[in-house]
Amino acid sequence: MRSKSQARPKVGVFKFASCDGCQLSLLDAEDELLAVARAIDIAYFPEASSIMKKGPYDIGLVEGSVTTHHDAERIQHIRRQCRTLITIGACATAGGIQALRNWAEVDEFVRAVYASPQFISTLKTSTSIAEHVPVDFELRGCPISKHQLLEVISATLAGRKPNVPTYSVCMECKRRGNVCTMVAHGTPCLGPVTQAGCGALCPAYNRGCYGCFGPMESPNTASLSQQFRVLGQSSGDITRAFRGFNAWAWPFRQASGEGHRS
Amino acid sequence: MSTPRNRTIKVDYMARVEGEGALYVKMKGERVEDVQLKIFEPPRLFEAFLRGRTFSEAPDITARICGICPIAYQMSAIHAMERALGIDVHPMVRLLRRLFYCGEWIESHGLHVFLLHAPDFLGYPDAIALARDHKETVEMGLRLKKAGNQIVTLLGGREIHPVSAAVGGFHRVPSRAELEPLREELKWALDASIATAKLVSTFECITFEPDYEFVALRHPTEYPLNEGRIVSNRGLDISADEYEDHFQERHVKHSNALHSYHRGFGSYLVGPLSRFNLNFDKLPEIAQQVARDCRLTPPVRNPFRSIGVRAVELVFACHEALRILDAYEPPPEPRVKVRPRSAIGRAATEAPRGILYHRYELDEHGLIVTAKIVPPTSQNQPRIEDDLRELMPGLVAESDAEITLRAEQAVRNYDPCISCATHFLKLNLDRT
Repeated sequence: MRSKSQARPKVGVFKFASCDGCQLSLLDAEDELLAVARAIDIAYFPEASSIMKKGPYDIGLVEGSVTTHHDAERIQHIRRQCRTLITIGACATAGGIQALRNWAEVDEFVRAVYASPQFISTLKTSTSIAEHVPVDFELRGCPISKHQLLEVISATLAGRKPNVPTYSVCMECKRRGNVCTMVAHGTPCLGPVTQAGCGALCPAYNRGCYGCFGPMESPNTASLSQQFRVLGQSSGDITRAFRGFNAWAWPFRQASGEGHRS
Repeated sequence: MSTPRNRTIKVDYMARVEGEGALYVKMKGERVEDVQLKIFEPPRLFEAFLRGRTFSEAPDITARICGICPIAYQMSAIHAMERALGIDVHPMVRLLRRLFYCGEWIESHGLHVFLLHAPDFLGYPDAIALARDHKETVEMGLRLKKAGNQIVTLLGGREIHPVSAAVGGFHRVPSRAELEPLREELKWALDASIATAKLVSTFECITFEPDYEFVALRHPTEYPLNEGRIVSNRGLDISADEYEDHFQERHVKHSNALHSYHRGFGSYLVGPLSRFNLNFDKLPEIAQQVARDCRLTPPVRNPFRSIGVRAVELVFACHEALRILDAYEPPPEPRVKVRPRSAIGRAATEAPRGILYHRYELDEHGLIVTAKIVPPTSQNQPRIEDDLRELMPGLVAESDAEITLRAEQAVRNYDPCISCATHFLKLNLDRT
């Protein structure tokens, strides 16, 4: 019994700037949680456990983006501790909504929120984990899909490539039998350029996709922007549409009107 | 092993709380010299980048402040925007929002009671270890939590950051038939909540009763979720529009979360204890009876008994959800047409952890000019420090390990949501 428990792969869950939602996805797998905990050794997961075992870890799951000097150093240490490093969610894979600071003067942002800005230590940018260290797999989503998370963990344990499609939300939308919200209702929708994974939720709820899973492989953002203009969207509207939860992901950053930091 | 008068205890990263924080306690003999809840969760600066976004984006953007209570953020944002834009929603939309919020309460309270808080009382590091000896209890907790998530998923597409809520109503509303599959599971969940209340009422609690100012919403006819006046046991009775006249945020050096104080009074408590103590008469009879059976009658002042009050609120939320299933009819339109205008809107709703206040100033195009968000954990943070200040002297004879455990538990009583508060825990205990 003892040797079996020692043979289980050690998994660490690490948090950077984020809302906690992606690591919560693991706890939201109510039907699978206890089975998962039998298959792996959840060695470090402060949100769920007081036991915090030291590394090295077989798998590190990283949520959140890098926004402080301390975190920029911490991710280097975590990378050295993890054999396989998987980033989970829009913050970890693209910088998250907090990457909107990347277009602004961060000192002014801090002054807008805090009465004593001198107490706050933060970087000028919010960036993905992969901008700091090599990452073995990036799992997209705001939040991630718990089914995709279980698939990525299973695949990593089995030593195979995770089955996580990189095509667009449109594919899921057609499969779900949704009526195209952009064609039928003239509602602007990021589905054609956004990676699948949510199950085409927004169109199924009578609204346009807002890009939670980030850019698909080779997205034609120029064509979509043109279509948005046809639908009467202003350039401000288009910029705001691309500057969402995956704003700093390169294709969306470019499509939002400014490819480079101001 | 150090002596009781001269010890240093450190816990660098608090477990089983949502987000990153540390706690620092400095003691000289029995005297507590300093208590600091250090929130090192990095600031994400929501109130800054909301400026220039449209009013309709605020619910989805602010949901990302917290993955545990996204609906609370969506609801406070939506109500504030509707106040600004002069929108009244259909009574059935109002009812559906209440159902949505019940789902979040069940999910969030289920998570905290079983996965985060119960292990403290039963002497386990986490729910996984708890499940090895008390499998049925943990399985009941997970199923209860899932029942809440099923409501959220049905109405909003997914558990975390659901997509259906909108200023003016919902993007999509369900038919009666679509809601019907929830009924059987909610009936089970109601029974399970009652069993939960009875179970946690057997947990041993230390005697500790601070003199709190309880602050919560109060509604003339309902246990508060989406609306009500802001009231306290010290005579406060104001509308959300007056919130900033009475409550003040301060920025302290040791925390990335702002601290809230009731002007002229000091620290105060929001969340389940406050709601329960100020609104016991609005609980349905079944929840009142369960509370009485568990020796919980207002005022409950012991924060270690908040786990029991959360269980009573689980009973309420399941009962309320079932009531709404009976009463619901789809509204004529999922949402009403919204026209932007230059205005200011304020709202407070009851997030699982307590009052969540939003204020937005909009320009004539509906773009956000300024935003202010005061989450429950910012409001509770000074009160958590006061609890520790009052709790520590009584523990001076205890071992370092026991003190540390009690201090962490005292913090977890609040179900603090640190991710929310930065817009927070590591325990350092210095004794000289």
